[in-house]
Amino acid sequence: MSSHNESILREPLMTGKDITYAQITDDILLPVENKPNKAWWIGFIVAVCGAMLWVISVGYTFWTGIGAWGLNKTVGWAWDITDFVWWVGIGHAGTLISAVLLIFRQNWRNSINRSAEAMTIFAVICAATYVVAHMGRPWLAYWIFPLPNQFGSLWVNFNSPLVWDAFAISTYFTVSLVFWYCGLLPDIASVRDRASGLRKRIYSIFSFGWNGSVKTWQRFEIISLILAGISTPLVLSVHTIVSMDFATSVIPGWHTTIFPPYFVAGAIFSGFAMVQTLLLILRKVMNFEHYITMFHIEAMNKIIMVTGSIVGVAYLTELFIAWYSGSEYEMYAFANRVAGPYAWAYWAMMTCNVISPQLFWFKKIRTSIPISWVLSIIVNIGMWFERFVIIVTSLHRDYLPSSWAMFYPTWVDVGIFVGSIGLFFTLFLLFLRFLPGIAIAEVKLLLKSSSLQHKTKLIQEGAFPDDQVEFFKNSLRKYDSVTEEEINALRKK
Amino acid sequence: MSNTKYIVGSFADPDEMMHGIDKLQANNISIYDCYTPMPIHGIEAKLGVKPSRLPIAAFCFGCLGFLLGFSLLFYTMSYDWPMNIGGKPSMPLPNFVPVTFEVTILLCALGMVATFFYRNHLFPGRAPRVMDLRATDDRFILAVDARENTDHALIDSLLKEAGAVEVKYNERKYVSYE
Repeated sequence: MSSHNESILREPLMTGKDITYAQITDDILLPVENKPNKAWWIGFIVAVCGAMLWVISVGYTFWTGIGAWGLNKTVGWAWDITDFVWWVGIGHAGTLISAVLLIFRQNWRNSINRSAEAMTIFAVICAATYVVAHMGRPWLAYWIFPLPNQFGSLWVNFNSPLVWDAFAISTYFTVSLVFWYCGLLPDIASVRDRASGLRKRIYSIFSFGWNGSVKTWQRFEIISLILAGISTPLVLSVHTIVSMDFATSVIPGWHTTIFPPYFVAGAIFSGFAMVQTLLLILRKVMNFEHYITMFHIEAMNKIIMVTGSIVGVAYLTELFIAWYSGSEYEMYAFANRVAGPYAWAYWAMMTCNVISPQLFWFKKIRTSIPISWVLSIIVNIGMWFERFVIIVTSLHRDYLPSSWAMFYPTWVDVGIFVGSIGLFFTLFLLFLRFLPGIAIAEVKLLLKSSSLQHKTKLIQEGAFPDDQVEFFKNSLRKYDSVTEEEINALRKK
Repeated sequence: MSNTKYIVGSFADPDEMMHGIDKLQANNISIYDCYTPMPIHGIEAKLGVKPSRLPIAAFCFGCLGFLLGFSLLFYTMSYDWPMNIGGKPSMPLPNFVPVTFEVTILLCALGMVATFFYRNHLFPGRAPRVMDLRATDDRFILAVDARENTDHALIDSLLKEAGAVEVKYNERKYVSYE
């Protein structure tokens, strides 16, 4: 049944009064069916300028070679791989929200999964550009795949984690795209059936002829569940393999067994921070406050706190193991990180990633929108520094002191990074303009089970004991989208 | 006999539609299909729709992916051109795990979704076969084949009793662009 009564102790996932199915469709399709407002245009123009910078920087790199970057013979990987890992990590939250939370039946995913999955896809696109660009000869990028060739049948080396990475990232991108698009079909059909003229034709093509019959929905739910089931190990494998790019090498500071779980936790950490950064603005600008509620914000902050703590423990474990190993190279690598020329980057990472998320232990901070937003940005900065510290500080002082060097980025390095952020936001803003930013069909499922409106009705009918109602009332105080009047209405009539 | 092909009950609430299904079934009126803006849990059991066999397809495609992935690695690394890479064995099974796993997942996902599209006749550009344009918005549509079930007045009254906001007599099967 569409309406099952869940415990009143659970906080509502949707607020607002007199919400109907039609209103959900109207609210969510408002930005899709109307001309964009000024805020969208300003954001879009800024983002497109960023994307142009990206085109120029990447184009310049392709034209001149990777000598355009600040690399030297000691530091052969720097911003390129830092940014690559940063973007891939950000992508992970989308899959986590859409897959892992679906398996655990966490219904709060319903209102945020669409935009988080879109974020995944765009983040992986940004990440992929670094993979191609750092190869130096991007027109030969296909050499990473085992294609039949004329070089004496020279196959790729499947012992190499870099080849695993190519398989992992391309599989991840494909499966995420398929998952996202299947989820979009019913919502594109909603746009189609309300539109007319050319718009109707276009959305009709992309809706694949969806009609919402019983059998379609039944199969839809099955494939969603199985895609979630296979995406979960997939997403863990992707960042595990990314970490193996480092962990299987023999560079002190990289050669550690803790890398796979540590990278996966870091990926979830930075991904949720990015989701938070985007959604806090999205809910305000698009008036989605009733769908993306304080409960969602607080839940994501809790995940940021937990994964931030895991990352913190991993940092400390690395230091401990470096000492415990008794290997002087290992010990030096970490002493150099903590107190060497890049100590500022190390401590920036420590502050942003370990200390700042601990602030979320305070409920006041967890439920404050401006502080959450600032902290989410800080976490993203910290996670960028984490990758920078791992990559550059492990390389810049190698075994021969005569070849020790520092890394200084060129304008091309900076341009590609800043530009990729512009590219990301260009794609994300286009997505919000043309596709529903919230999964309409899935949010409709919440109306008669987890919405404040439904719970109010049940309370007014006297379905729950007074102490539980009191508990529920107290949990509503943090919601910015619930008025005092609505809370006072929560009593038996 | 009238030209009505389908009687379409339009409900504003999913529970009322479920109620309508019960009422029609109690009167031995068969239901053609339901069109809803969201999945309705438990409707398959009511309408006697069999469980989907897509999980079987997914498993088979997964197995195929496993075989293809492993064969690729075995053929390239161990059979066609075994190379001495750092003295490692030419069939390093642990190193085969990541790529085999990725290919398994890839084929499982693509195969299953392709099967889903094939079975539901979903493809880009397909003309949508919709009986009521609000079925993807806020209406829960219950369709009854008017040729098989001839007592139209009874169907009408049962649907309205169950809470249908509107009962339509469609002379064409689909109102959308056929």
